[in-house]
Amino acid sequence: VADELERPGGEPVEHEAEPHFPSPTIWPFAFAAGVALLLVGLIINWILAAIGAVLVLVFGFLWIREATSEVRRPPAAAPVPPAASELAGAEEEEEPERYPRSVFLEMSTLGVGALIGGIVTLPALGFMVAPAFVGQEHDEVDLGPLANFPKDQFVITTFNSKKDEGSVGRRTAFIRNNGVKNDLPSFTIISNRCAHLGCPTQPQGLPGKGKQVKASSGTVTITPVASVSGFQCPCHGGAYDDEGNRTAGPPVRALDRYEFLIREGNLVLGKPYSVGKVIGQAADAKIEAYRIADPGQHVDGPEKVLYPPKFWIP
Amino acid sequence: MARRQKSKRQQQLEALIMAPIDWLEERSGLVGALKYFLFRKVPAETNWFHTLGSATLTAFLVQLVTGVILAMYYKPSPEEAYGSIQKITNDLTLGWLVRGMHRWGASVFIILLFLHMGRVFLFGAYKYPRELNWLIGVILLTLALAEGLTGYLLPWDQTAYWATVVAININANAPIVGPFLGDFLRGGAEIGEETLARFYSLHMLVIPGGLIGLITLHLYLVIRLGVTEPPWTRAAAGYEFVEDGRGPARKGLVEPRPRGNGSLGTPTQEEAEA
Repeated sequence: VADELERPGGEPVEHEAEPHFPSPTIWPFAFAAGVALLLVGLIINWILAAIGAVLVLVFGFLWIREATSEVRRPPAAAPVPPAASELAGAEEEEEPERYPRSVFLEMSTLGVGALIGGIVTLPALGFMVAPAFVGQEHDEVDLGPLANFPKDQFVITTFNSKKDEGSVGRRTAFIRNNGVKNDLPSFTIISNRCAHLGCPTQPQGLPGKGKQVKASSGTVTITPVASVSGFQCPCHGGAYDDEGNRTAGPPVRALDRYEFLIREGNLVLGKPYSVGKVIGQAADAKIEAYRIADPGQHVDGPEKVLYPPKFWIP
Repeated sequence: MARRQKSKRQQQLEALIMAPIDWLEERSGLVGALKYFLFRKVPAETNWFHTLGSATLTAFLVQLVTGVILAMYYKPSPEEAYGSIQKITNDLTLGWLVRGMHRWGASVFIILLFLHMGRVFLFGAYKYPRELNWLIGVILLTLALAEGLTGYLLPWDQTAYWATVVAININANAPIVGPFLGDFLRGGAEIGEETLARFYSLHMLVIPGGLIGLITLHLYLVIRLGVTEPPWTRAAAGYEFVEDGRGPARKGLVEPRPRGNGSLGTPTQEEAEA
């Protein structure tokens, strides 16, 4: 009975001067994670199981090594004899613990909290950001038979670039059939999107009567325009010549263009690309083509370093 | 003159009213906090310009309430957005009123924000120790403008579409981050259903959440630091002396700062020495 009463008072058994705890260690956690990975891997994937087994072995070894370190340590590290330490004073005599238990618990709580927070947050953030950049393929757009595009004349062509989004996907391009050069058909296909801030530009010319053409991409409206001298933007006065080169106003480059191909006698739009400038005319034009950029972004000149190309567009 | 004795009925009535209030106060301290907020000391010469902040807050609350109600009828998809706005405006009972409140209230909110900011600037109320509240106010202003931008797209008409085209392209003109920012805001290379949905989410959830949190912080700092006197008052001009044993300082020229006990004011002699 006396023994039991004394214990709470702080006088433990004689040969053990202070309660003995194993030194703090992280290895059991890593070991447990390895076991979990091993078990999950057995169900899902042999490679995971192998990684788990390696973790179990490595961290098991580290854990055992650390747990037995005191036993294996040579007895030379015995405490200083009391006679010598009396001079140093009571407070300096006690060495501060390397890893106080509270600090360890605090750190592991914060660490585990951060880990859980990260596991929850990162995929959500990725879901918020990634879909805007991944899979930006541009649909090909069928514009109907070639006969609708008279030679050496611009037509305003309005079409649906995205089938499932209704009127929002409607785009306009100015198309001129340049005839045949070196046995290859040549078309000038200029996007109406102003290279300043994306307003719709208008051709400067005499618009004729439009017609509706049924194509596999939906209804395409084709309006011929006679004697086009250039294009102009209603928003901030950007002006372009009939090859889309900027002639006045705030735009930073020429009008964008579309790639094209001819399939079964139909003109088909490919993906759009940006243009620095165009040298020459019509079929002889040399086009400085760049990866498609947003309006207002420089593609050439010294300012282009400010606008990294959109590498995520295929 | 002896005070009239309260009748027993009156006492019972009072107890009936006070019981739940006392219950709440004992468990939360909220009643005391509200009293502290409502009956805190303000300078003697406050005037109508000091109400611009509360007016802005009221405009925000109107936006909050009408916006939540509009969200019950609005459909954020390219096919339905425009139609649902037409339905709210023309078909649903009082829809025209609530939409009108939200639409015009948005402008009122922004105008009041700028007036409030002007008042704070001209009264010098942004100075020590209130710089942090000015900074919070600037963020609030930015968020409010972002609300205007994202809300402008939601009617999904020609104005909305082209205004957003230009606005996003302006963002896309930012150096280095522009190309990323543009595609992030659009949810892709072109404005489409993703743009509408994410603008709706930003307009409905993200930005209002930020506004509510920062307004709370803003008000906390207003209560903690107190209201500034108008610059034309005797106190602000330094004609009045600080009393109450705090040394012979001219009141308007001494910067108020939190004392040891948490209240504001010029430090006493002992506090200054400490």
